[in-house]
Amino acid sequence: MKLLTHNILTSKCLKGVTVGYPLGIVAKEVKVNEVEFNPEFISRMIQKVDWPALCKAAENLGHLDDLPPAVVEDYENNEEFLKKAHHFLMEIEVINGDLVCPETGRKFPVTDGIPNMLANEDEV
Amino acid sequence: MMDKIETPDLSHLSSSDYENVYEPAEDSFLMLDALESEIPYIKAIKPTICLEIGSGSGIVLTGLAKCLGSGCAYLSVDINSHAARVTHRTAARNSVSLEVVNCDLVGPMLSRIQNEIDVLVFNPPYVPTDESEIDPKSPIALSWAGGLRGRRVMDRLFPLIPHIMSANGIFYLLIVKENDEDDICKVMKSYKWHGSVIVERKAGREYLKVLKFKHVKM
Repeated sequence: MKLLTHNILTSKCLKGVTVGYPLGIVAKEVKVNEVEFNPEFISRMIQKVDWPALCKAAENLGHLDDLPPAVVEDYENNEEFLKKAHHFLMEIEVINGDLVCPETGRKFPVTDGIPNMLANEDEV
Repeated sequence: MMDKIETPDLSHLSSSDYENVYEPAEDSFLMLDALESEIPYIKAIKPTICLEIGSGSGIVLTGLAKCLGSGCAYLSVDINSHAARVTHRTAARNSVSLEVVNCDLVGPMLSRIQNEIDVLVFNPPYVPTDESEIDPKSPIALSWAGGLRGRRVMDRLFPLIPHIMSANGIFYLLIVKENDEDDICKVMKSYKWHGSVIVERKAGREYLKVLKFKHVKM
């Protein structure tokens, strides 16, 4: 599960959850891959990213220092910023661990890079 | 230059995988053919996010991702945990990067993908079945059993389309004759999404069609 994917996952489908975002990450295994850098794509993606949630994810993984705290002005032309965004969104993968609902503490397991967001009948 | 979709390599999968995951059949290949014919239109909208619901073996999204390349994010969801894993393996086997989430439709991402999906692909469980026929514990049954008129699952997705699709987004849906194409188009029209048939094929007893839906601005 890349942090790009984590950025769009919520626990809102659970009963009693109002926002359910962002999900906490308790990682047991994290992989860092090299992924082809496409600055134009990253620019487009940044518009959809919830940057504070990305920072929280980076913090959960112990990498907060490396990530800029906010999207900079004129980011489309800032290659250094785009490369950092690319690294966090596309190159860091949680292989095994749990995603945690911020309101109920309910854990959603991540196994072999795939988050299991299925809820039981009595939870929805 | 013709944009071709190469059929992904599935040699990593065996009969034991297909006990729990839908084995690509005529419907899967028809969807690949449909998307291949649409590549110029898909490229023209410069998609940022492509989503496949019910990716199964991963053959369709992998084929699409391989053709379109790295300028787009590819996401698949599947309610079947085996299928989620197999999709991931198929992508890796074909050197394609895509993300997989094991979930029911788009529930866990709904609030975050508002008007963000540029290409949506759905080959739903379309076979008309009695509700009693659907064993919720059988992952393979979930992949084809469509309940009354075969509409049980796709009917849950249609109301979400205006919320998740981007303004220029395209929604590709595979159906069979029994699903009642006219009614589906009527439902989608009520959301201001216009549908047309892009490919059709008779496969055994099934009459398959791929519909293409786009938002019509009034």
